[in-house]
Amino acid sequence: MKIAVCAKYVPESTATRRIDPQTKRLDRSGEGALNPFDVNAVEEALRLKEAGSDGEVVIVSLGPERALEAMRRALAMGADRIVLVADEGAAGSDLVATSRVLAAALERESPDLVLFGQQANDADGAVLWAAVAERLQRPLISQVAELSLGDGKARGKRQTEYGYDVIDAPLPAVVAVSDAINEPRYPSLKGIMGAKKKPQETVSLADLGVGAEEAGEAGSRTTVEALNDPPPRGDTVKIEDDGSAAEKIVEFLQERKAV
Amino acid sequence: MRFLAFLEHHEGRLQKDSLGVLSKAASLDGEVEAVLLGSDVNELAGEAGKYGAQRVHVDDDVLLDKPLPQPRVDALETLLGDQQFDAVLFASSVLSADIAAALAARLDAGLNYDLTDLAVEDGKLVGKRPALGDSVYADVGWTSEPRLALVRSGTFEPVETGGSAEVVPFESRFQDFSLAATMVEQAHEESEGPSIEDADVIVAAGRGLGGPDNFGLVEELAKALGGAVAATRAVVDAGWYPYSTQVGQTGKTVSPKLYVAVGVSGAIQHKVGMQSSSLIVAINKDPNAPIFEYADFGVVGDLHEIVPKLTELVRARKAA
Repeated sequence: MKIAVCAKYVPESTATRRIDPQTKRLDRSGEGALNPFDVNAVEEALRLKEAGSDGEVVIVSLGPERALEAMRRALAMGADRIVLVADEGAAGSDLVATSRVLAAALERESPDLVLFGQQANDADGAVLWAAVAERLQRPLISQVAELSLGDGKARGKRQTEYGYDVIDAPLPAVVAVSDAINEPRYPSLKGIMGAKKKPQETVSLADLGVGAEEAGEAGSRTTVEALNDPPPRGDTVKIEDDGSAAEKIVEFLQERKAV
Repeated sequence: MRFLAFLEHHEGRLQKDSLGVLSKAASLDGEVEAVLLGSDVNELAGEAGKYGAQRVHVDDDVLLDKPLPQPRVDALETLLGDQQFDAVLFASSVLSADIAAALAARLDAGLNYDLTDLAVEDGKLVGKRPALGDSVYADVGWTSEPRLALVRSGTFEPVETGGSAEVVPFESRFQDFSLAATMVEQAHEESEGPSIEDADVIVAAGRGLGGPDNFGLVEELAKALGGAVAATRAVVDAGWYPYSTQVGQTGKTVSPKLYVAVGVSGAIQHKVGMQSSSLIVAINKDPNAPIFEYADFGVVGDLHEIVPKLTELVRARKAA
């Protein structure tokens, strides 16, 4: 059983995020981390691997060279290796281009199962998995809160607007898991020490047979035309608790006649 | 401009958000058509006329009976192969987001998602997309056709204009891999409980609560405030609290007078279910939690310290 986990390198959640007015892209120059939602996908992959007799968990990512360091967290947790597509030509890829590059990297691995996390914490899209499943021409189950494998099938329970669905997909398949599916483990000291020695491969678009015109802005089909201020909203107040927060909330509620 | 709105339906009714998107298209300048996919859905097709569709393309096929995304991608590809549309509009949902994204890959057509408005400016379609926790609004465009647009849930209200639509049947061509996934069990609703939709005060708990055993904290506060307890999707999916109390895109939409969010990060999927609350108070230990962007009063701190104190103070005030 070979499981590929698609993971994204995102700005550290404590960092102040800004959009570069020149490129109209998210400024990614600061510290980065493994997208926290993808950690659940890594954990799920490790659990499935551990439940079977033999298997391999490969992290597949698209990002800058320095993403490797953040991706090593997955190796420290127990994943076996990393394939990072690092290529300037892929910067600024939209859904159409990103899904093409990721699918090319995944096709080279031909895993039995491809896992995604629920979303990236630096974008509110949550759409990539369906595009990748389409490019790989594999069945898809998204928003999965419980996952099991058996009889050559993946079975996922997922929440929709109307309740819970249970869906079967024959392997090889693509599954996107929700962040409620598990509690990810913390890497052990031994895991952290061993992570650096595990295989970490960096590949280019050319290695994957993806042409320059198929990735990055050239391969994208959407544009950002302008950036504007958000519509005005009411005043918001944010305070740090110094021990008197409860009193301050009550004062605020009294002021607004809500209590 | 020729628009196609994707109509989602459940238990014999057209979904409100997709009618909202249809109404929005009808308010723009152009021809407005809709597509309806399913089994035994012919009756429903005419409904779309009331919301501004001039024509409804229908594939009534048993292979489209279950709400699975991939067969619908095949259906849309069939339709879009025969008919040229400038834009295809979807209202975001668990199902429609998957369909729109897969269709983008199938057609190599640009998809702009999480849109909160659509406009035609200088003859061009422009989408409005909030980013970075809604702190920036981007104008987004397309460089290919058809332009695919996925609109944030709850964005557009359906508007009845009282027209009628011509119903045009078509027949989808399916791919093997699209039919591989199967629905074993559908829309099984778990753990019925009291409704939160009518409550004036809601205390909502998120993952920051730490575990199911800590729900006592928020239940006590809700009791003191005379309100109901709600939960986020992460908490419900983890089995800490019943589905019937879930607020957000895949749960209930509420608009109480007071919404107290405890350990709730406030991701967009949650926000769309509670943003119209009159007053929002948030307690979270993460100063960068998105909820602070739209909470009227936010406290960065430890909920385990603050919530019990708050409960005491509210009780004392009510007793006075």
